[in-house]
This record gives sequence, C-alpha cells and structure tokens, in this order.
Amino acid sequence: MADLGMVGSSKRSRVVAHIFLILGVLIVAFPIYYVVIASTHTLQTILRPPLPLLPGAEGPANYGEAISGGIGRIGGVSVGRLLANTAIVAVGIAVGKIIISMASAYAMVFFRFPFRMACFWLIFITLMLPVEVRIMPTYKVMVQLHLIDTYAGLILPLIASATATLLFRQFFMTIPNELLEAARVDGAGPWRFFKDILLPLSTTNIAALFVILFIYGWTQYLWPLLVTNSNSMNTIVIALRKMISFADADTPWNLVMVTAVLAILPPVLVVVLMQRWFVKGLVETEK
Amino acid sequence: MNNLNMLAASLAALTLSGMAAQAQTDISWWHAMTGANSEVVEKIASDFNASQSDYKINPVFKGTYPETLNAGIAAFRAGQAPDIIQVFDVGTGVMMGAEGAVMPVADVLTNAGMTFDKSAYLPGIVAYYSKPDGTMLSFPYNSSSPITYYNKDIFEKAGLDPNTPPETWDDVWSMAKTIKESGAAPCGYTSTWLTWIHLENFAAWNDVPYATQGNGLEPGATPELEINAPIFVNHFQQIADLAKDGTFKYGGRTSEAKQIFLAGECGIFTESSGGLGDIVKSGMNYGIGQLPYDTDGNGPQNTIPGGASLWVMGGKSDETYKGVAAFFDYLSQPDVQEYLHQTSGYLPVTMAAYEATKESGFYDENPGRETPITQMMGKEPTENSKGVRLPNLPQIRDIENEEFEKMLSGDQTAQQALDNAVERGNAAIKEAMGQ
Amino acid sequence: MNRATFPHRFLPWLLVLPQLLISLVFFYWPALQAMWQSTLKEDPFGLSSKFVGLENFRKVLSDPAYLNSIKVTAFFSVVTAFLSMSIALLLAVQAEKVLRGKAFYRTLMIWPYAVAPAIAGMLWLFMFNPSFGTLAWPLRQMGIDWDPLLNSGQAMGLVIAAASWKQISYNFLFFVAGLQAIPKSLIEAAAIDGAGSARRFWTIVFPLLAPTTFFLLVVNSVYALFDTFGIIHAVTGGGPGKATETLVYKVYNDGYNNFLLGSSAAQSVILMAIVITLTAFQFKYVERKVHYG
Repeated sequence: MADLGMVGSSKRSRVVAHIFLILGVLIVAFPIYYVVIASTHTLQTILRPPLPLLPGAEGPANYGEAISGGIGRIGGVSVGRLLANTAIVAVGIAVGKIIISMASAYAMVFFRFPFRMACFWLIFITLMLPVEVRIMPTYKVMVQLHLIDTYAGLILPLIASATATLLFRQFFMTIPNELLEAARVDGAGPWRFFKDILLPLSTTNIAALFVILFIYGWTQYLWPLLVTNSNSMNTIVIALRKMISFADADTPWNLVMVTAVLAILPPVLVVVLMQRWFVKGLVETEK
Repeated sequence: MNNLNMLAASLAALTLSGMAAQAQTDISWWHAMTGANSEVVEKIASDFNASQSDYKINPVFKGTYPETLNAGIAAFRAGQAPDIIQVFDVGTGVMMGAEGAVMPVADVLTNAGMTFDKSAYLPGIVAYYSKPDGTMLSFPYNSSSPITYYNKDIFEKAGLDPNTPPETWDDVWSMAKTIKESGAAPCGYTSTWLTWIHLENFAAWNDVPYATQGNGLEPGATPELEINAPIFVNHFQQIADLAKDGTFKYGGRTSEAKQIFLAGECGIFTESSGGLGDIVKSGMNYGIGQLPYDTDGNGPQNTIPGGASLWVMGGKSDETYKGVAAFFDYLSQPDVQEYLHQTSGYLPVTMAAYEATKESGFYDENPGRETPITQMMGKEPTENSKGVRLPNLPQIRDIENEEFEKMLSGDQTAQQALDNAVERGNAAIKEAMGQ
Repeated sequence: MNRATFPHRFLPWLLVLPQLLISLVFFYWPALQAMWQSTLKEDPFGLSSKFVGLENFRKVLSDPAYLNSIKVTAFFSVVTAFLSMSIALLLAVQAEKVLRGKAFYRTLMIWPYAVAPAIAGMLWLFMFNPSFGTLAWPLRQMGIDWDPLLNSGQAMGLVIAAASWKQISYNFLFFVAGLQAIPKSLIEAAAIDGAGSARRFWTIVFPLLAPTTFFLLVVNSVYALFDTFGIIHAVTGGGPGKATETLVYKVYNDGYNNFLLGSSAAQSVILMAIVITLTAFQFKYVERKVHYG
C-alpha cells in the first residue's frame, strides 16, 4: 500500500478527501475535545450556555482541586486508588482472558481428545451474552463464592466469554501443518512448540487483544457497582457516576469533567500508543 | 464500661483516628447520595465513628436510588444484606411489603433500650414512613417537599409583582401566560417530577384521593388509581394547553427541569425544596412560595415528603441493632440534624432541630427555607395526605410519565393520558399483588 | 481438515479446564438460574415464590410493550449499524486517497473506541441537553424545536448518533485494512478500461470488501443490541414514552426498576436464544472464511 493510494487520485480528489477526513475527525474527536475544554472552566461557565470552545483559565485550579481531594471527598477514596483499581481490573481481565483463551484454543487446535467438539460448543455459546443480561444470578454466585469486594470478583465473571478463544483458534488454524510436523521431528513437545513457535507468532494478536480487553475492562460500570461494597474497591467510572446528580444535590460539573478526562485518558493512551500492533493484530485476527 | 472508660475510648478514637479499636462492630450503610450530599454522608459517618468506639459505620455508595434498592434486594436474596439501606420515597411500598426482610426502626430503638418518642419528629414525615397502626418503619434521613420558585427579574419585566408568588394553580397559569406574552422569558412555567408534584402531592395538598383503600395504605382489597378524576384531568389539560405554545416547558421525568429554570428560560418553577442549593449558587434573584393549590379541591392540606429514608434489614445480630440504634440516636441529635438541614437543604426530621434552627435566625437569613416545613406540619394528615403506598409505585410512575410525555407531545388529551395511566396502572398493581 | 496434532490425552483437558470452569461457574450456572427464575412468580425479596411454567413467556410475548421494544430495537440497530458503517467506509475510502496525514487521521479517529459507554452517554447528554447543552443551543438559535425529551424522533436520533459515534472508530480500522488488501492491479485495470472512480468503487472495491462488510454487520448488530445499554441508560432512559426502550434496556428496567423478576428473566432467556442464533450464524460464516483464507 506504499503506492499512490487509489489509482487516479488527482490533486482535486485528494483535497476533497482531506476535507472529508477533517470533517470526520472533527465529528469524531469533538466530544472528547469538548470534555477537555469543559474541564478548564468554572462551574458557572459550564452551566451557562454556550460553552466557550477554547480552554479557560480554571484548568490548574480544577485539576488541583479534583486530584488533591475533590474526587476523594465525594467518592470516599482517593483518585489514585480509583485509577489503580481500574487499572488492576482492566489488566487482570486482559491478561487473564488472554491466558485462559490461548490455553483452550491451543488444546482445541493442536490436540485431539474426547468431547473436543462438546467443549468447543460449550465455550462458544458464551460468545456474546453480555453480563447485564445474567447479572442477578451471577451476583448470587459471587456471594456464594465469597468474591464480593475482591479483585477476583471484579475480574473473573468478565473473563467468561469466548471472544478471545475464538480469535486465537482462528489464528492457530492458519499455522501451517509443516511447522508442527517439523517441530515434532525435532523432538519438541507441546510446551516447546508453544513457547518457541506459537507465542512469537502470536505477539501482534496478543497485543491487539490486550488493547481490546483492557478497554473492555476499563469501561465496565454495572458489574463493578454491584460487586463492590467498599469504597476502596470502586473504579473511576463508578466514582464519576457518583459525582453526577440530577436530583437534589448540586453536581460539581467542573470536577466531573476533570474526572471524565482522567477516566478517558488511560484507555485512549493505550489505544494510541499501541495502535500499530492493535490495528495490525485486530485486522489479522479477524481475517 | 464506665464513663471514664468511655471518655478515654472516645479520646483515643479521636486522636488515633483511623486506628480501629478492638471489638468494634461494623455497620454497613448503603446509600445513593451523590455530589455534595455524598460528602455529607461521609462526614456524618466519620463524626459518628469518632464520637464513640463501639461501632463503626461504613457508608457505601451503591448507585442511583433504584440501583441501591436493587443492590440491597439482590444482597438480601443472597444472604448478604447490608445493615442499613437508604430507600427512596417510592420504594417505601416495596419495603413495607417485605415483612420479615426488614426490622421496624421503632423496634430497633426500643429493643436497644431507647425511649422512642414519636412526637419528637415532624408529623407529616413520620406519617409517611409509618404503618397504618402508627409503628415507624424507617428512619427519615433526607426529606424534601415541593415548593414554588420564581425568578423576580422575569416577574418585574413581565409587569408582575416580584413579591407575590402564585398562590393557586390558576395564578400559575395566568402568570405564566403573562410572562410568555410580555416576552419577559421564552417560557412561563416549568416543573420537575410531574408524578411526585402534580399527582402525589397534588392529591395530598388538595386533599383528594390518589387511589382507593386510603391510597393503598389500608390492607384489604387491591387499591385502584383515581387519578382520572375531573380535578386531575382539568389540571393536566391546562398544562397540556400551555405546553402547545411553550408557555409550559417540559424538562424531563425527574429533576432535569431545574436547568431550564437556572438558565433563566422560565419564570415560575415547582421543584423539591432540596433543589434550593443550586438556585442559591446560581446567583439568581429568586423568590419562594408554597406549593400552589387547586381552588376546586379541599386544600391546602399538607404536602407529602420526597427523598429517602433509612431501613434496617432483618436477621442481624443484637450487637448490630444496638449500633444502628446508637447511630439513629446520633442522627436525631439537634446539632446533627441542623447540620444536615442547613448544608443539604433537606428538612430536619425532629421538632427540636427545627426549633433550634428557627431560633438561630437561619430562616430569617435564608427566607424560603421554612416554607417546605410549614407546608408539611400545618395540619394533621388525612386519609388522602399520608402518602401513597402502592407496592409498585416506581412502575406506576413510569407508566404515568410515559402517558404524560405522549400528552405533552400532542398525541393525546389529558383525559386520554390519565385514563390510560389508570388502566395500565391498575393492571400493574393487580399483577404486583399477585392476582 | 487434516491437522497435525500432539498425541497427548490429558494435557488438552488440563488446558481447556480453566476456561471450561469459568464458563460453567460464571455463565452456565447463572444462565440456568435465570431459566429457572423465568418460570417463577416471585416478590422482589424472594419471600414467596410460585411456579407458573411458561406463563411469564406467554405474558411477555403478548405484551404490546415488548412488541414495541422489538420494533425499537430493530430500527435502532439497523440505523446505527448502517450509519456507523457508511460513515466509516466513506472516511476509510478518503483515507486511502490522501498521501499525507494518514496516520494522523487514524490516530484521532480511534479515540472514541476507548471511551466507556456510560461516559459517552453522559457526554452526549451534556452536549445536547435542551437547556444547557452547548450543541443544543445553536440548534435552538436556528429555530429548530430541539426537545429530545418529548420528541421521540429526536430522542431516537440522539441515541443513534451517540451509539454510532462510538462505533465509527472500530469500523474505520477494518475498512482501511480491507481496502489495503484489495490488489491495486485490479483497480488499475478497470481504470485503463475507462471506468470512472464512482463506478470503480461500486463494481470492484465494494464487492471485494464484502467479507469485511459482512463481518462488521454481525459485529455491529451485536454491538447495537447489547453494548449500547450504557448509552441509552445515560441519554434517554428509554423515553420519551417507550420510544428508545430496546430489548436489553427493557430487561434491565423491568427487573431493576419494576421488580418484574419473572418477566425480566423470561426476556433474558429470549435474548439468550437470539444471541445463540447470532453466534451460530457468525461462527458458520467465520468458518467459511477460514476455509478461503
């Protein structure tokens, strides 16, 4: 694709393309720009339309207040703890799901064993059912297993889905038979084949999945709300929700905007910084 | 424990704050307070914890009111119920129906050896959270009552007297029209919570029934809605007519309309007394009046509280109940109530706190803060004004809101909207009562 | 398919065990409980419960509100999928044309992917709130009677816009990759034959993108069905009336706010059936693709 793009792309059509793309970026990035701008204004400015579209002077004050205790005062726990919790949950879900799904995909592609297809279907039916739909009974299970207010409780149920397994299975099936045969001729067992051949080949897929799952974990709301009873186990999205009140209390919108920026920033950074692998892996796995 | 020990212990707790004393009983308190009110919860809890060393209250935010109630129910079903749970006004019927799952607050207090004097509490509030036989079931934590706010600048521009708030609904309609026609503001009147203010409180304030069986309070036959009586239909037809040219502006099902009023778009506004904080902060030149009444009704009688109360869950240890009682006792103290009342805009629940606030000159400095209280204590509550106690009030409100929205967008008349609400609502009540 | 394998007997079991266990404990067991719940009539606290067989299903399927919700869901999903995919395709085609700034555009385009639905909903609500929303203000200055609280069309428009917005990034990435995989020689040949650029797109590029498009169609339908819950919850709460109450939102609302546990569980079971059908459908399709690819 290093060539000149689409054939016949004249100068004029390239200008038109730029215009479209700039418009597209404006639409797509505007809400995020907007929240960043809003986080630099006073509460009064935010609530009196229209909001200026340029940064205000209150940025340092808002961020200072939010981080030095504004969020903690409302949420009952420091913003550092909130971010750490969210990061633990997001990384836990990403790493946990990658490990268990690689293992099961490996077994299903490179081994023959009784009830292989049964296992396969048992796992694949779980593909897309969101946790919201089975949330109450799942909650009961968590209580029975004493997983309320634990990181395991926040992480494990969200690992129970087959998306990643499906993706690894797809990828493993594209590995040529010759590779495995050659490895076996060399006397490599399942572990060495996995470690020396499969793992290096899977790095882009792992990176892509890591990004997808990290974001999935970071953005959870309903589940963390239900399985945490202690403020110190809250995530940043819950803290944000806690600050917004359309009812009797006044909402400190300037602090809400700061919290929203803090809640959006880490996953955006992960996506942007890892975009090369993410995009490559995403597209390759889905092919 | 003698007094000296107690003093030493509380001193220790104060100085070594954060260090848990031995054999402390933990008490969980699930709540739905957001924003500034969440700060109040954290402060009350930590002050209580610092004031003694036997019990430790742990407040936990569990989302919105419905989310908190559901989390509590899910936890109860899983055998993990919290000790105290904050349940919003409309959830009261749900909790009352769950005998065995909850422990009446009156029992908690008397079992712990405290004398429970009902007359110490504001009558309108206690009536709402009590059984028909008078047993207080839950502890009113945050109560509010709907009042009228108006923008004095808009009133002046429209040629209305800025010191005369509307007294009746007819006043509201005519003043709203004047505001709109004079161009003083793009809209004359808006309101939050149509269901709570224009049905539940409208019925109580005008002393007309909302439903049969004493609004569902009396056991026996299945209650049926009576909100399609002519007085309601006329009231809503007025709103629907005013909505056509924007004289009335709809803001949403809950408190969203407050933003319309704050933006200076509407001259008159009915909203919970709890919404005062934002209006004060906005720097608007506002005035306050009591909730308007309908001249065709039998009022003004008394308003019914909104907000939420604290329920104590059943099946806990005696030690826990003692701690809960100690906490409620602490909450009832005049200075705590004063703090709660003056910081949050919610009503004080005890007469003593009300009197103390009055004496401190707070109401002279903050005119209008007394209106929601006097509205609620003026008269002995009647059968129509003790509150609405349907087992599925949240669902009924949903149905009513859906019908209002169809009415306000011009798809149906007030008569049709209220007839539909009654029909759908009665079916839902029957279903909920297991028939 | 003839795949070379390792001869071990127990190792594979050990490898699938973690995933199987987690699926059984956190998926199958709760799902079975939901099925059991769907045959009961219970009060919220579970203090009394009665077996009613398929009564809940009968009630759900004959409830006009449920049928309305199906219609709402279908409309919402189709429009959201169509909108987010066509905008993404348009932008991806433009991105193929430009010589410079491709990486810059892509970087800015993928941001919304990282935003939590609950936060996205809040943002859109804030921007378009009729009384203080920054973007509602110009609408009203232009004389548009912007009132998503009462106007069901506008409410639907708002949730569709928010939901599509979040999904454009994902679709964009796939279309860019799909476009890059199309052999340039094919397009060149068509250009030599004198086909105009619009014709080249519709007769060559678009058909060759079909696998990507089809894959995205499935992904986007699932997204619109389930993952938009947070957005609808934050933006409209299903209103006005029941104009934006999708199936998943209804499961939540009936179970959470209205305490109709049996009905809500029955709706969950119906949704599970829909999901399993969709999964089988996608699986079949993905299998075929692997064959070719």
